[in-house]
Amino acid sequence: MVADTAPHTAPQAASRGSEPANPPAALQVRAWLARRSEAVAIPLAAVAAGFLLFSLFLLALGKSPLGFLDIVWRGGFGSPFALQNSLQRAAPLLFAALCVALPARLGLVVIGGEGAIVLGGVAAAAASQPLAGAPPLLAIPLMALAAAAAGAVWIGAVGALRAYRGVNETIASLLMSYIAIALSNHLIEGLLRDPQSLNKPSTRPIGEAFAVGPMPGMDVHWGLGIGILACLAAYLLTERTTIGFAARIAGGNVRAARIQGLPVGRLVTTFTALGGACAALAGFFEVAAVHSNANASLVAGFGYTGILVAFLARQNPLAILPVAFLLGGIEASSGLIQRRMQLPDATVLVLEGILFLAVLLSETLYGRFRVFSPHLWAGKRAAAGVPATVQA
Amino acid sequence: MTASTSPDPQTRPVSGAIGVETIGMTKRFGAFAALEDVSMKIEAGGFHALLGENGAGKSTLVKCVMGFYAPTAGTVLVDGREAEITNPKGAQARGLGMVYQHFTLVPSLTGAENLVIARADAPAVIDWAAERADFAAFMGRMPFRLNLDRPVAELAAGEKQKLEIVKQLYLKARFLILDEPTSVLTPAEAEEVLGLLRAMTDRGELSVLMISHKFREVEAFARSLSVLRRGRLVGGGDVGAISRDEMAALMMGERAVRQPIARLGAADPDRVILQVAGVTATDVSGLRHIAVEDLRVRAREIVGIAGVSGNGQKELADVLGGQIRATGGQVRVGGEPYAGTRAESRAHRVRFIPEEPLRNACAPRMSVAENLAFRAFDRRGEDPDKPPTLWLDRRAMGRRAKDLIARFKVKTASSEAAIATLSGGNVQRAVLARELTDPVDLLVVVNPCFGLDFAAVSEIRSRIVSARNAGAAVLLISEDLDEILELSDRVLVMSEGRLVYETPAAQADVGVIGRHMAGHH
Repeated sequence: MVADTAPHTAPQAASRGSEPANPPAALQVRAWLARRSEAVAIPLAAVAAGFLLFSLFLLALGKSPLGFLDIVWRGGFGSPFALQNSLQRAAPLLFAALCVALPARLGLVVIGGEGAIVLGGVAAAAASQPLAGAPPLLAIPLMALAAAAAGAVWIGAVGALRAYRGVNETIASLLMSYIAIALSNHLIEGLLRDPQSLNKPSTRPIGEAFAVGPMPGMDVHWGLGIGILACLAAYLLTERTTIGFAARIAGGNVRAARIQGLPVGRLVTTFTALGGACAALAGFFEVAAVHSNANASLVAGFGYTGILVAFLARQNPLAILPVAFLLGGIEASSGLIQRRMQLPDATVLVLEGILFLAVLLSETLYGRFRVFSPHLWAGKRAAAGVPATVQA
Repeated sequence: MTASTSPDPQTRPVSGAIGVETIGMTKRFGAFAALEDVSMKIEAGGFHALLGENGAGKSTLVKCVMGFYAPTAGTVLVDGREAEITNPKGAQARGLGMVYQHFTLVPSLTGAENLVIARADAPAVIDWAAERADFAAFMGRMPFRLNLDRPVAELAAGEKQKLEIVKQLYLKARFLILDEPTSVLTPAEAEEVLGLLRAMTDRGELSVLMISHKFREVEAFARSLSVLRRGRLVGGGDVGAISRDEMAALMMGERAVRQPIARLGAADPDRVILQVAGVTATDVSGLRHIAVEDLRVRAREIVGIAGVSGNGQKELADVLGGQIRATGGQVRVGGEPYAGTRAESRAHRVRFIPEEPLRNACAPRMSVAENLAFRAFDRRGEDPDKPPTLWLDRRAMGRRAKDLIARFKVKTASSEAAIATLSGGNVQRAVLARELTDPVDLLVVVNPCFGLDFAAVSEIRSRIVSARNAGAAVLLISEDLDEILELSDRVLVMSEGRLVYETPAAQADVGVIGRHMAGHH
């Protein structure tokens, strides 16, 4: 071992103060907690600040912010019916948020999930046609696979453009999303159109047999369960596997990743493709569990709300679960808000926009508060040593 | 506001050159003296060259003159009168102008627009017709022909450099400082630009102070020169009275080579670990090309590559570190082609310590423990042939981090702290800990001690030498010639993208090395 043969030429700077640099384990845990709580406290504060700002908007319209909260509670969370409604709306948000959170591991900002959702829905509807008559247990997974493949190719192409040609992934994904929606409309109104859909062009129905039903004991379709599993799997991938760690290195500093010989291009393409596959699954469930065919209703903005979910969740797949539920609830209450408060249906969009701004602004606050500094909690001696370290 | 308030170059003739003198200029950064008691005089109409190695204090001196730095002690005389210059605007007002190594023009604007916005008194509404008429008259007096109506982005490097100089003249500079003005130019462009400036000084319109590394340029265009070494003025005089060997000797000085720890054993002549054969590459800007015909590093050998910054060392390191792709030739490690993949670097035990480790070798926002794990996080045991593991072992990562932090004396409040919160020396120790704990066959090191304090430097150099003693082949790319001479078994000089000189370190003559570094082969 090379290092063992190295003489320990202890420099004076290192032995300033005689204690070893490492604090005991209990203090290490406190330091770890301090570091982690920052990631919870700042988004919560951002949401609160965003809502305060939104309250000004409501007050300007002569409406009560508390009344608004009350209606959101009743419309999104207050009754079993409201809860199921929220969960139903949360399902596509889970998938759409993963399409942002997975590439974010590599430092990419992908905002084109909407296109992958629509494309996934159309792919699923198209796949159902040749499968007609096949056993549902075989056909439904194949439809899901067709959707996932379409989304993976679409967003994976964005990643490949980034990795190998240096094309900005944010712009590329947004433009690719427009192309995907245009392409889907073209297919729905042309090649895949059901001649019987007159007013609203749609694909042929996937058929009763291939419909994805509700989960046991509730009125929410399986998209929620699979979405939760997808978030758990994404968490394992990003936090518990060496592939996820490699992606974090590449996201943290691409030069350092290349020096370590990590396959940066492949990592970027893989993670964007996985994100695209997830978003496309949202489209699959919209077709297979909600609409029973692909039509313009697929363009419902889930992809964009998913961006907000992912940013509020700090790109953490586990945090996506509660955030998607919260946003699903707010969206579920939008009808009630319209009726009870006589507010336009864009009110929820205003709230989401303000929340998004607040969250983006809060990104600049990380590392600014001493209370979250691990140094402060790693013990007094170590804390006293901090200035010395900084000078050394 | 119209052109009536703008200065009219036509009615105010360019006044003659001015002289500048520094008296006892001293600049300290903390305990470190970047500049120590430098007194020099540039006559009006002079063309003076300022020579010195990287870090000799050349840039510090001109920055003090231009008011970027407040000198710790010393005064500047402009045209024989004491001038208190506290900021670059003050320098500009006194007729001093500086052209930087890197362009300061706005690429999307035309030359004319760049000139107008640079003016301190540019009006809020610009009367372009009047400005154009002014420019026509102004350019008539300029030594260069330039089309001012083209966007700067479309100009070649030589034209941009000319525009930078024209800009200073437009701003009424009568004393021009050039910081390595030819580093971005082709030899022909350099010749033209310097020749025209020299002609202006001959006519008494301008004085020039030029920082340069290139003896040929100095001899061809400068009238006098000064040499700085370690912040002190060590010599100078009229060009022609000093030979190139004398210039090199002044720049390099008498070097007592310190040995941190002895190099033990000799290089193994039969075990060529790294072989770079005919490798050509171009950096991202497309401006710098390298062509390395044959570079070999053997086991138990440190090969030092010396050179003035910007002569292709960075590109060579980037090829070896997988940052840019070679356009031709081959890199072989242990006899096999090497492209820098993780599997290859593991199989051949290649380690890399880039310059500025926080920027190039670490993810600043990840923790110390995570950064220490970059090399080993996916390793399954010691056998490189085993496939990498899938699951991340956070406990092992934490244990390893604690062990490495203790053994390499990395000072950090917690292994969970972001590595960006550590001092430069401690970041470098963490990187060394990561790269040097396991047996190493090939180690590539770039400017390892840049910006570190003395204690950290000697410790880090000792680690490099002990890796060599343990049998590693080490390629040391450094802009610090002392470091190269202290550590290397063999010294190579890189100049303009090529390896131009080779000598065993034992017989190294700093004068000869310096001449080759200065492009005189």
